[in-house]
Amino acid sequence: MIGVIDYRAGNAPSVGYALAHLGLEHRLVRDAPGVRTADQLVLPGVGAAGATLDSLYEADLVDVLTERVLGDRVPFLGICIGLQVLFERSDEGDVECLGWVPGVVRRFPSSLRVPQIGWNTVRPTRAHPVTDGLVDPAHCYFVNSYYCEPAEPDDVLAVTEYSTAFCSVVARQNIVATQFHAEKSGPFGLDLLGRFARWEPRC
Amino acid sequence: MLTKRLIACFDVVRGRVTKAQQFQDNIDVAAAEELATRLYDDQIDEIVFYDITASAERRKIDLETVRRVARHVFVPFTVGGGIRSVDDMFDVLKAGAEKISVDSMAVRDPSIIQQGAAAFGRQCIVLSTQVQAVGRRPGLPSGYEVFIDGARKATGLDALDWVRRGEDLGAGEVVVNSIDRDGTASGYDLEITAAVADAVNLPVIASGGAGTVDHVVAGLTAGGAQAAIISSILYSPRFDRNVGVEELKVGLTAAGVAVRPYGAAPSRAGGAASTSERPSD
Repeated sequence: MIGVIDYRAGNAPSVGYALAHLGLEHRLVRDAPGVRTADQLVLPGVGAAGATLDSLYEADLVDVLTERVLGDRVPFLGICIGLQVLFERSDEGDVECLGWVPGVVRRFPSSLRVPQIGWNTVRPTRAHPVTDGLVDPAHCYFVNSYYCEPAEPDDVLAVTEYSTAFCSVVARQNIVATQFHAEKSGPFGLDLLGRFARWEPRC
Repeated sequence: MLTKRLIACFDVVRGRVTKAQQFQDNIDVAAAEELATRLYDDQIDEIVFYDITASAERRKIDLETVRRVARHVFVPFTVGGGIRSVDDMFDVLKAGAEKISVDSMAVRDPSIIQQGAAAFGRQCIVLSTQVQAVGRRPGLPSGYEVFIDGARKATGLDALDWVRRGEDLGAGEVVVNSIDRDGTASGYDLEITAAVADAVNLPVIASGGAGTVDHVVAGLTAGGAQAAIISSILYSPRFDRNVGVEELKVGLTAAGVAVRPYGAAPSRAGGAASTSERPSD
């Protein structure tokens, strides 16, 4: 059963509709027992890193998520803000994040139209069971003003260009995260969600 | 690279899509989820729907229709009409929309933009504007005035002043909807669209008047817009021939406009997901 973390500022229902469309067993989870009973976890997200972290702390979900993802090594998928909060710090409000993936989150330069909104190309940089359905390049739907800079190059799974190249998919052990909205990226996004559901990380 | 978007727009009344001309003479088209599903299958990039009578009837937006559409549409989905508070926005987002469009309500109470952006992020708040060329005069340096309430009420606001204020307040995108061109199939108002694209550093969406592929090309090139709202051209019964997404994408590509390619689909190698697949556990 896939647990989709449902917090105030998140868009868990959209992810739920996509998983339902794929016929995948899932539940929107709002508390620690829900997180503990899920076999796989999805952290969706829209909005700001600080607000997302506040919501997670208020719902008392940070410890249980850390225990399940870093301790029990359950397969984890972060989406959009659900990717950004995995890093150590975000320039957005200069907030400290979860620190599960080494690196930081930066703002796009103000010379660009920000937020970046729309379909952009995603180029996988290596093979991975979750992203092997993406052609090179695949078009996926982005909405972001900030982007991640993983400290370890091996954690980069795909890149995208918005003036400069940035990391658009992260993979580290049992963690995968997409800066684009997989649940809103048409057939490619649905394919990625289906692959995540079948993924058995080796770590 | 970031591509330009085609956004299908529906006006919805009691769960059904209706098509108006210059905000009048509505005719029935189809059930909202039926048309949304058809356009998703035809690879539209994004969908916007407006509950056009919610505001006038002083009722909440039709959340059941939002849910029915969201269940079938796996591209971004924006909803507008009858949004009066952050709680209304929350309800619409929890029903499965990604973005909230604010229009007349934002003119009456601009703080709704700020509150929405603070609660859900800037990217969630689309400022939709109804603009009309009225001639330059003191207080209206652009010559374009903002209207509200289905283009019925003039506000005295200059279109460019208003979109700049919207950006400052926290809007994430701006829709420029030309009242003069709405439903006329005579092309977007390129002058005001380009002026808005220069005035703000946000994605700008051209709206009102697309009748041909060339009109869409013009909106995304000369108009300087990042996205184009299309409706009549896709599904209006008033048109002799409706145009599909493929024809639009082919025309845009031929004109040098980068778009999400039509027909690209995941490789089926390696056991890709299918809609009938069940989890193995």
